[in-house]
Amino acid sequence: MYVIIVGAGKVGWNLTRELLDKGHEVTAIESNSRRYATIEEELQHSAQYGDGSELWVLERAGIERADMVVAVTGDDEDNILICQVAREKYGVEQVIARCNNPRNVQHFELLGVRPVVSATDLILRLIEHEVPRYGPLHLLDLPQEKLEIIELDVAEDAPAAGSRVQDLGLPEGVLVISILRDGSGFVPTGESEVRAGDEVLVVLSPGLEASVTPAFSSPVGQAA
Amino acid sequence: MFVLIVGCGRVGSSIARFMLSEGHEVSVLDEDAEATALLEKGQHRSWEELGGSFTVGTALEIDALLEAGIERADAFVASTDGDNTNLVIAQVAQRRFNVPNVVVRVLDPARSEWYREQGLTTVCPTQTAIELLRDAVRAGWPEPERVG
Repeated sequence: MYVIIVGAGKVGWNLTRELLDKGHEVTAIESNSRRYATIEEELQHSAQYGDGSELWVLERAGIERADMVVAVTGDDEDNILICQVAREKYGVEQVIARCNNPRNVQHFELLGVRPVVSATDLILRLIEHEVPRYGPLHLLDLPQEKLEIIELDVAEDAPAAGSRVQDLGLPEGVLVISILRDGSGFVPTGESEVRAGDEVLVVLSPGLEASVTPAFSSPVGQAA
Repeated sequence: MFVLIVGCGRVGSSIARFMLSEGHEVSVLDEDAEATALLEKGQHRSWEELGGSFTVGTALEIDALLEAGIERADAFVASTDGDNTNLVIAQVAQRRFNVPNVVVRVLDPARSEWYREQGLTTVCPTQTAIELLRDAVRAGWPEPERVG
């Protein structure tokens, strides 16, 4: 596979290394001359100097035959533009963009740039994973594939507490894929029992969330 | 007409003053609060006293664009010093806020041309300078003799 990586900061440089190790052909484009000098020592001909949002720089790197373009500069507007041009002008099948400010995700989406990776969002999700909360936590969203994975806490008096997975009455398109209990997890069968205090991972089609959450939360308005 | 201008440098501020003098409603957005100095150049009154409005914020911030009035803008000018910023916010103005008239300043002739083909109204000062300079150089030169 031929991959062009724009922006050779910490993320871009390490990505380039890892992909080269896996036997892929990679070009890393870096616009800062000092940074370029540093990475060029190691990456040699896999490093190119230039502004990766300029069309001729992308063309010199061979964007016409690239299978994938990864834009990981520190500027969201650059990452959006690079991916938009890669897809729409050069017909690159697969693009991946880094989003530095999570508030800018909406701009990536508006201009059809996906998937978008936001380190801030990822860390935020990990923090939320550790914090008591109400409602489901989104672990993975795959909008194109129409799948999401959510995590739910099983409340003390939830209908699901004490039930077997097969008796939960979950609709079609919803599957319990693991149960986390006492610091370890397992993949349940229909016979497995769900207990209060469990964390349950569920894979489902988008839109079905509301039909799943009531089983795992306290009955509304019936608190003693 | 209500005009929103994002990026208040030499270009943005000049357009803003011109549009205001023609009697239009003008709102300017820039990340630098001091940029109003360019709008008030040669004036004895502040930009607000002259009738303009000014919002401090970065171009990609939706809240700042809303505060500057993007939802009711008839025209949108993207004139920050970043080509990519201009191209992104112009598309946001066009696609998300349906601003009828969006113009974008793009310094790089190649990106300017491609985005024009995609339906954006781009203006490339570099290309204009190239053509004017080329013609000025030619003007001082005798026409080469054509060989029949």
